Amino acid sequence: MIELEDVAYSYGGAELFSGLSLKLAPGSFHFLTGPSGAGKTTLLKLCYGELLATSGHVMLFEQDAARLDRDQVAMMRRRIGVVHQDCQFLDHLTMRDNVALPLTVSGRSSAFSADLDDLLAWVGLRRQADQLPPQLSGGERQRAALARAVIMSPDVIIADEPTGNIDWEMSQRLLSLLIELNKMGKTILVATHDLNLIRAAKSQVSSRVLRLKDRQLQQAGAEL
Amino acid sequence: MKRLISEATGMVIGDPEAERSVPPTGFTARLTVFTAAAMAFLSVFALALSLATDRLADQWASELAQTSTIRISAPAEQAEAQVAAALRVLETTPGVASARALTDAEQRELLAPWFGPDLPVDRLPIPRLIEVVETSDGFDTTGLRARLQAEVPGAILDDHTRWREPLVDAASRLRLLGWIAIALIIGATGTMITLAAQSALAANAQVIRVMRLVGAEDGYIARAFVRRFTLRALAGALIGAILAGVAILTLPSADTTGGFLTGLGFRGIEWLWLLAIPVLIGVVAFFATRAAALRVLREQS
Ligand SMILES: Nc1ncnc2c1ncn2[C@@H]1O[C@H](COP(=O)(O)OP(=O)(O)O)[C@@H](O)[C@H]1O
Ligand SMILES: [Mg+2]
Repeated sequence: MIELEDVAYSYGGAELFSGLSLKLAPGSFHFLTGPSGAGKTTLLKLCYGELLATSGHVMLFEQDAARLDRDQVAMMRRRIGVVHQDCQFLDHLTMRDNVALPLTVSGRSSAFSADLDDLLAWVGLRRQADQLPPQLSGGERQRAALARAVIMSPDVIIADEPTGNIDWEMSQRLLSLLIELNKMGKTILVATHDLNLIRAAKSQVSSRVLRLKDRQLQQAGAEL
Repeated sequence: MKRLISEATGMVIGDPEAERSVPPTGFTARLTVFTAAAMAFLSVFALALSLATDRLADQWASELAQTSTIRISAPAEQAEAQVAAALRVLETTPGVASARALTDAEQRELLAPWFGPDLPVDRLPIPRLIEVVETSDGFDTTGLRARLQAEVPGAILDDHTRWREPLVDAASRLRLLGWIAIALIIGATGTMITLAAQSALAANAQVIRVMRLVGAEDGYIARAFVRRFTLRALAGALIGAILAGVAILTLPSADTTGGFLTGLGFRGIEWLWLLAIPVLIGVVAFFATRAAALRVLREQS
């Protein structure tokens, strides 16, 4: 689905990582961990076409990410659901409209309206559907972001620190949603520095943990 | 082209969904309405000026093409001889298409408004008149005057309409200025709407980013802005044009044959221009916003 081959990235001069390879097979569940500032967010952005690798190849669904024009990148965003680190919403739209935004911008708003309510119920936000984003708590926003990421029924879901600023119970709940998605066959990639979350997941789903450290990507093993 | 048309119709019929994604742009939107209204108002007046000048220039030009007159003041017994002599001179003058002496009856008719119908023309020492029709090239006035002076002492050439020639020139110049003014106004409208759209796009960079994150294409995001600004411009221009139309309608009207200021206005089918101007401004707004939006989106990627 997503394949990185010998990829390097640098913002301006300083190289963040190089010689990095990664392959997300269909249905796999990956955690990406590492110290803050190691480049986790950057690596995820390469995986959904927001950034282009300085060198090396990034293949998204068998297409070279470097060759996509802006409209093709837009299409890609509909096949890869993303939960961003700072989940951004349109503050003048209700949560329902925000979650439905990917449908709206792809011109399919009416077709899925029943599914929309199911989806809101699934992430436990039915009651908050008509509220505006600033009225929601951090955990509610994270779950709304997940609902928005999966509404197009993407094959791949990428989440950047989805449990970054929410309490443990809420984190567990979000994790179980991700695991549920994985059991439905979705490919999942989650960046997190929360080792407890990874440990909790290990008991419920078979996953691989990658560690980004010292400009290299390594398999993390037994220490977890 | 086809895509443009479908985009334009799609926009007018509406993609309100797209527009809803963009939060209200209160100030810039009001600015656009006002600008479009003011510009439409000015355009209507520039247009009325052009059309009025046009009519006036036409009228003067056709009068010019008409005639000159030769007056012959001579004692009654010499009058006929002098008229004949003058006609002979005219026959051999290049640039004269035809010349004929007015009959007594015609002269009486000309004078009737001043002296009544019973004027005994033949017994009064009033000058005899010869009507001269020029060819399109016209004749050499100074040369003709000199010849007449030598051969027909009582003849005076009166080319009374010639003084209008520079006026006709001025009128066409004025008409040209009117059209230039309209072009400038439309251009300025496009510029101002571009700036308003650009500032709205800049103010909504965050919105654009979110829309991109969820997979919106450039065309979709542009449409949201284009629709908003085009509809605002169209509405503003309609208001402006209607106000200008009312203003022109309520101008004091007077006999328009020679009057310039009182001739300012639209006649019959010309009123359709009042509709054409808002449409034109709407089209300009559409292309201006679209270009601005696509440019900003390119830069922000
Ligand atoms: N747009 C940017 N321009 C320049 N430097 C950046 C930019 N984004 C991130 N960085 C730098 O790159 C490094 C990695 O950032 P990031 O990928 O966000 O790390 P992580 O998500 O692992 O904390 C950080 O040192 C950060 O300061
Ligand atoms: Mg990060």
